[in-house]
Amino acid sequence: MAADGSQQAGVRRTVIRSVAALLGMFAFAFALVPLYDVFCQVTGLNGKVDTTAKAIIHEEVDQSRFITVQFITRGSAGLPWQMSVETRQMRVHPGQTAEVDFTFTNNSHQESWGRAVPSVSPSSATTHLRKVSCFCFQEQQLQGDERLTIPLVFQLAKDLPEEISTITLVYTLYPVQRIALNPLNNNNAAGDKI
Amino acid sequence: MAPKLPPQHSLQHSSSAVAGGQSQEGQSHYPHAAQPKGLMRWLLTTNHKEIGSLYLIFSLTMFFVGGIFALVVRAELFQPGLQLVEPEFFNQMTTMHGLIMVFAAVMPAFTGLANWMIPLQIGAPDMALPRLNNFSFWLLPVAFTLLLSTLFMPGGGPNFGWTFYAPLSTTYAPASTTFFILALHMAGISSILGAINIIATILNMRAPGMRMMDMPLFVWTWLITAFLLIAVMPVLAGVITMMLMDINFGTSFFDAAGGGDPVLFQHLFWFFGHPEVYIMILPAFGIVSAIIPTFARKPLFGYASMVYATGAIALLSFLVWAHHMFIVGLPLTAELFFMYSTMLIAVPTGVKVFNWVTTLFRGSISFEPPMLFALAFVVLFTIGGFSGLMLAIAPADFQYHDTYFVVAHFHYVLVPGAIFAIMAGVYYWLPKWTGHYPNERLAQCHFWCSIIGVNLTFFPMHFAGLAGMPRRIPDYALQFADFNLLSSIGAFFFGASQLLFVLVVVLCVRGGQKAPAKAWEGAVDLEWSVPSPAPLHTFETPPVFHRAQSHD
Amino acid sequence: MRLPWQWLLTITSVASLSQAHASSWNMPVGVTDTSRNIFGLHMTIFWVCVVIGVIVFGVMFYSLFRYRHSKGAKAARFHEHTSVEVLWTAIPILILVGMAVPATATLKNMYDASEADLDIMITGQQWRWRYEYLGEDIAYTSNLSTTREQIRGESERDEHYLLDVDEPLVLPINRKVRFLMTSDDVIHSWWVPELAVKQDTIPGFINENWVQINEPGIYRGQCAELCGVNHGFMPIVVHAMEEAEFETWLEERKEAAEQEAMGVDREWAIEELMARGEEVYQSICSSCHQGEGQGAPPAFPALAGNEQLINELDWHLDRVINGVSGAAMPAFRNTLNPVEIAAVVTYTRNAWGNETGDTVQPATVAERIAQ
Repeated sequence: MAADGSQQAGVRRTVIRSVAALLGMFAFAFALVPLYDVFCQVTGLNGKVDTTAKAIIHEEVDQSRFITVQFITRGSAGLPWQMSVETRQMRVHPGQTAEVDFTFTNNSHQESWGRAVPSVSPSSATTHLRKVSCFCFQEQQLQGDERLTIPLVFQLAKDLPEEISTITLVYTLYPVQRIALNPLNNNNAAGDKI
Repeated sequence: MAPKLPPQHSLQHSSSAVAGGQSQEGQSHYPHAAQPKGLMRWLLTTNHKEIGSLYLIFSLTMFFVGGIFALVVRAELFQPGLQLVEPEFFNQMTTMHGLIMVFAAVMPAFTGLANWMIPLQIGAPDMALPRLNNFSFWLLPVAFTLLLSTLFMPGGGPNFGWTFYAPLSTTYAPASTTFFILALHMAGISSILGAINIIATILNMRAPGMRMMDMPLFVWTWLITAFLLIAVMPVLAGVITMMLMDINFGTSFFDAAGGGDPVLFQHLFWFFGHPEVYIMILPAFGIVSAIIPTFARKPLFGYASMVYATGAIALLSFLVWAHHMFIVGLPLTAELFFMYSTMLIAVPTGVKVFNWVTTLFRGSISFEPPMLFALAFVVLFTIGGFSGLMLAIAPADFQYHDTYFVVAHFHYVLVPGAIFAIMAGVYYWLPKWTGHYPNERLAQCHFWCSIIGVNLTFFPMHFAGLAGMPRRIPDYALQFADFNLLSSIGAFFFGASQLLFVLVVVLCVRGGQKAPAKAWEGAVDLEWSVPSPAPLHTFETPPVFHRAQSHD
Repeated sequence: MRLPWQWLLTITSVASLSQAHASSWNMPVGVTDTSRNIFGLHMTIFWVCVVIGVIVFGVMFYSLFRYRHSKGAKAARFHEHTSVEVLWTAIPILILVGMAVPATATLKNMYDASEADLDIMITGQQWRWRYEYLGEDIAYTSNLSTTREQIRGESERDEHYLLDVDEPLVLPINRKVRFLMTSDDVIHSWWVPELAVKQDTIPGFINENWVQINEPGIYRGQCAELCGVNHGFMPIVVHAMEEAEFETWLEERKEAAEQEAMGVDREWAIEELMARGEEVYQSICSSCHQGEGQGAPPAFPALAGNEQLINELDWHLDRVINGVSGAAMPAFRNTLNPVEIAAVVTYTRNAWGNETGDTVQPATVAERIAQ
C-alpha cells in the first residue's frame, strides 16, 4: 500500500500542477489581448495606431525629401454621418508638424455617437507617425444636424524609413452604442429593426 | 505521504486501491452495489478499457456523420452549378464537416486508443483518475448532440468555417452561434480532463523499473500531446469566451467599431490551432512507430531521436502560428520569422520519416493489415509534408493560400495521416481487444479501396488549387470541373469503402481466428504480455519491467 | 549580375513556361515580375520535394521488396547510428537555407513601398468589390455578371462562368499601381492569380499591396476568404490596358461621372427611374433580396409586399442610404450615386406589386446625403 500511497500523492501533485497550468493558459489567452495591442503599437503591426496623444518632438525638419500623406474617410452602416477632409493629400517633410481639418456632419435629426477608427498604411510607417491631436482618440458626439470641424495635428518622425514615400491615413466611422441607464432609451437608440 | 491524504481520495482511485483484490469482472468499482447492467453499466463505467471502447465507438460514429457532411459537399461540387443544396447549407456542411472530424472523430479516437493502450503499455491497472475519465467521455456525446442540433435551429448552424474567423462568426453569425460556443467549450473541457488524466497516469503509474526513456513511443507521443492540449485548449476556451462576450455582452475584442481587431482573433485562434494540428498527428507518429518495428521484426531505429523530434515538433508548434495568416498583412519581419520557423519543422519531421524508412531497411518485413496502413501513412503523410513545405514558403503561399491546394495538403496529413494511423492502430490492437484476428482478406480489401479512394479524392485537389480554385465555394468556374468530378467520385468510393472497416471490426468482435497473448510475432511492448482478449482488469499487481523489452 | 539562385529561378520558369501558360493544372506564371518569381519558387521547391521523395520512397520500396519476411529475410538488429542521424538532420537544414534565400529576396521585393503612379482603394463588401481611383474621382462597384439561370443550370454556361463581372477593374500596364484594401463588413480576400496578389481586406483596417503588370490582357480571380453565403460569387476581373488606352478610358469615365452628376439636378420621369433602378437592383440588391424581391428571411427580408417599406418612404430611403448596423445591409451612401439610389428606391417601391406610385428624385437623395 505504501507504493499506492506515494502513487496517489504523485497523481495528486500532477493534477494540481496541470490545473494550475491550465488556469494560467486561460488567463494568458486574455492577457494576449492587451499584449497584442502593445505589440502592435511597438511594431506598427496592422497599422494600429496609438490612441493617445503624443508630444511634438522638436527635431530638424528634413527639407531634402517630401512625403505624400493621403487622407481617406469612410462611413459605415448604421451611422448617418458624413466625414470629410479639407484636402485629400498633402506633402510634408519628415520632422514637420502638419495640421488638417476634418469635418463631421450628422445628417439625421437625432443626437448620436460615433468613433473614427484609424488605420495607417504601410504599417512600417505607423511607429514613425506622431499624432499630437486627433479626433480618433475619443468617441465623438453630434447633435441632430450638427456639423463639427476638428483638426488632426501630426508629425512624421525624421527617422521615417527611406523607402517610404507615401503614407495613407484611413478613418472609418463606426456608430457607438451608448448604453443608456434607462432601458427604454436604449431601445430607442438601437431601434434598428431589419 | 499516504497518511496525509484524506480517505475519500482512495475512492477516486478505486481500481488501483483494490489492486490484487478481485480480478473478476466488475465488483471492485462499485463496492456498494452490484455491477450495473445494460445501459447503466456503460454510463457509469470507470474501467479504462470500457471507456476506451466508448471513445472509439463514438469516434467511429462521428467519423461517419462528418463523412456524410463531406459527401454532401462533394455531391454539390460534382459538377458546376448549384444542384443539390443552397450556398447557405453548403457553408454549414463544410463547417460541420471540419468541426466534427477534428473535435469528434480524430481527437476522441486518439483518446480512446490512449485509454485502452496506455495503461497496458506502461503496466498500470487503470487510468489515474477513473471517474474523471468517465466524465470526460460522457461530455462528448452531450457536446456534439448540442452542436449537431444547431443545424435545426432557426438561422441554421455554424456557417463560418471550422476556423470561425471573426467578424463572420460574431457580428454576422447565425443565432445558434452561442450554442456552438457552448458545445465547443464542453468538447474542450473533455479534452483537457482527458489530457490531465493521461499525464497523471504516465508520470505516476508506470510499472516499477520502467524509466521515461523505456516507454513505448505511443505513450511518449501521447504524453507530449497531452501537454500540448493543456497548453492550448484553454486558449481556445479563451477565444470562444471572447466571441461569446462580443456576441452577447457588447464587448468588442474582435470588432474594429469598438476598438478591437479581427486579426487578433486569427492570432489567438492559430495560437491554439497550430498545436491542435500536431495534437492530431503526434499520437499517429506513436502508433506507426509501434507497428513498423513489429512487422519489420527489427527494433525501431533512433528511438531517442524519435522522442526528441516529437518534443521539437511540439515546441516549434508554438512558434509558427502566423503561417496561416501570411496574407492578412503582417509586417515583413513577421513574415520572415514565421516562414523560417515553419520551414524548420521539416527537420524533426524528416528525422521521423528517415527513422521509419531505416527501420524497414534490412528488416524482415511482412504485410499484415496494420503494416499496410502504417506504410501508406509513411508515404502519403510525407506527400502531405512536402506540400506543407511548399506552403511554408511565404511568397508562394500568397498563391496557395485558401485554395484547394491547402485543402489537399491538410487532407493528406489528416486522412492518410491521422486516420490511416488510427485504422492501423485498430487493426494492430484488435486481437488484444477482442481475442480474434481481423479478417485478413476483408481488411486487405478495405486497405486497397481506401488507398485508391483517398488518392482519387485528394490528389486532384492539388491541381484544382494551383489552377486557382478557392476553398469553401459551393460552385466553381468551368476549368475546375474535371478535378472536382474526380474528387467527388473518389470521395464516394472512399466513403463507401469505410463500411468495410465497420464490417471487419464487427466480425472481429463476434469471432474469427483466435489470437494468442502475443498476437504479432515481432511485437515487444507490455500489452502483449496480457492474455488476448485482455481481461477487464489487468496489471492489478504491477508487472516487473525488464529492460530487455525496451527500445534501447 | 545575377546571383546563382536567380539563374536557377529563371531556368525553371522558362522551362515550364510553355505548359504553364495553359495553367489548367499548375500555378499560372502570371504577368508581373513578382508572379514570375513566385512561380520560380514554386517550381524549385516542387522539384526539391520530388527529388527528396524519389530518394526516400526509393529506399523504402527497395527495402519493402528486398527484405520480405516471405522470402526468408533475417532482420538485422541495429537501431542507432549517430553520424547518419546527424547527417540527415544537417542536410535538410542546408536545403532549407537554400530555399529560404530566394524566398526572402522575393518577399522583400513585394514589400517595396516606393512611390506608385496610381492608387486604388479596393473595398470588399458582401458580395461585391468596390474600386476607387484615388485622386481621380472615379469609383464604382464590380458585381458578378453570370446570370442566375446559368448557375441554376437553366441556360448554358458561358466560357467565363462565375468569373465575369459587370465592370472590371481597369489598370494600365507598365506602371506601378498601389492597392489600398479594406472591407465594409467581414474579411474578404482579393486574389488575382496572374498578378500574384492575394490580400485580406479587413474591416476597419487598411492593407497595402502593389502590382506592375507587364502584359495587357484580362485577368480573372475570386474572393479567397470565406465571407458568407455568396463567397463563391464575388469574382474579380482586371482589364490591363496599354497606357494610352488607359488614359482614354480614364477620361471617358470621368466624363460619364460628370454626366451622371448633372443628372442629379434634373427631374427624372418614373419610366427612366424604373429602367435605371432595375439595372441597379439586379446588379446590387438581387444577390440578397433575390430577383423578385422575395428576399431570403431571416437574414435578407423580403421587399415585395413589405408593409414598412411601402408605407414609410423616409424609412426606406434611410435604410438604403445609411444601411443597418450589425446586419448584412450596407450603407450605399458612398457606394451608389444619388441617381442610382433614387432609381433603385423608386424601382423597389413600384415593382413586384409594390404599387406605391412614388417617385424619388435624385436631387432629393443628394440633399439627404449632403444636407
